[in-house]
Amino acid sequence: MAESPHLDRRQFVAVVTAFLGTVMGVVVGLPAIGYLLSPATKVQKKEAWIPLGPVESYAVGTPTLFSFTRTTVNGWEKTVNSYGAYVVRFSPDQLKVFSNICTHLSCRVTWKEDAQEYVCPCHDAHFDAQGQVLSGPPPAPLIEYETKIEEGNLFIHLVVG
Amino acid sequence: MAAKVFEWIDERLGLIGIYNTVLDRNVPKVNWWFTLGSASLFLFVMQAVTGIFLAVYYVPSPDHAYDSIQYIMNGVAFGWLIRGIHHWGATFMVIVVFVHMLRTFFFAAYKFPREVTWLTGVVLLLSTLGMGFTGYLLPWNQRAYWATTVGTEIAGTVPFIGDFILRVLRGGNDLSAVTLARFFAVHIWFLPAIIAAMIGVHMYLVIRLGISAVPKEED
Repeated sequence: MAESPHLDRRQFVAVVTAFLGTVMGVVVGLPAIGYLLSPATKVQKKEAWIPLGPVESYAVGTPTLFSFTRTTVNGWEKTVNSYGAYVVRFSPDQLKVFSNICTHLSCRVTWKEDAQEYVCPCHDAHFDAQGQVLSGPPPAPLIEYETKIEEGNLFIHLVVG
Repeated sequence: MAAKVFEWIDERLGLIGIYNTVLDRNVPKVNWWFTLGSASLFLFVMQAVTGIFLAVYYVPSPDHAYDSIQYIMNGVAFGWLIRGIHHWGATFMVIVVFVHMLRTFFFAAYKFPREVTWLTGVVLLLSTLGMGFTGYLLPWNQRAYWATTVGTEIAGTVPFIGDFILRVLRGGNDLSAVTLARFFAVHIWFLPAIIAAMIGVHMYLVIRLGISAVPKEED
């Protein structure tokens, strides 16, 4: 190249091949990356008020588990996710609802009546009736749902994703 | 620096030797018909790559095959492009491989010492048709279902053992989930493995023996 300002045939072919190869690589490669990543870019916001029935059906003092499922469409299939919420009536007009998902690594906690605490079986985490961590690895208290009562019926605000 | 790195690698891998043997070999004066082999190889690689990408979302089950393809077409970015390339590339590959065979036949390039190249080419042509036949069922739509019904029925007309062949192809008497699963396995594992191995032998022979010249009038 240095001795001649002109490309010879071989150099011309090499340059054209490299150029076209790069163009083709980009045209095919970028859609291929998009194809693989696109399901991850669609964050489904699952937000709903879940009815938990009449407030009066929950006994005062004892946390009661309410289980429900939510169905979402993922790709070509419907996925059914199970949820559990502990309804606690500390007094007739004071109430909290906790998620039963352990804040450590998402195992499910269970209320132990004799110990008066929530216990997670996976890594021996303990939470008190207010959802505060007593012992074990969880970094935060149990998640509390936003609640509302309409005509005596209890609702919780489910926000996922 | 880059030259030194390349030198280090080349000393150990012999890349220049590969380049000289594979790409810088002597070829007679030929014409555009002699590009069909490379075109077939390119199409095979393209089908393999797009096929691998389709396998990310496709599910070979009657419950989900059709829906998973609808998802590829409408739910995934550029899914229509990947599937479109695979769909049209398949048709194009059958044509190119077939014309490649015709060129070899009419130019008498199958003669000594290239008989084995021709024989592996026969396996490659039949495998390509097998890829077309098995891939046609996978969308699990009406056309796929009835085309495979008819195709397996045709195989069933073979005297004496036809009924057995039909049941082997379908994995039973009926076209079912078993048929879909075995067609899928043959489409993505068995035939690609055979094709890849045969391409290896085919290309080794092309490099070893060189390619034949265009026949002259006195040949």
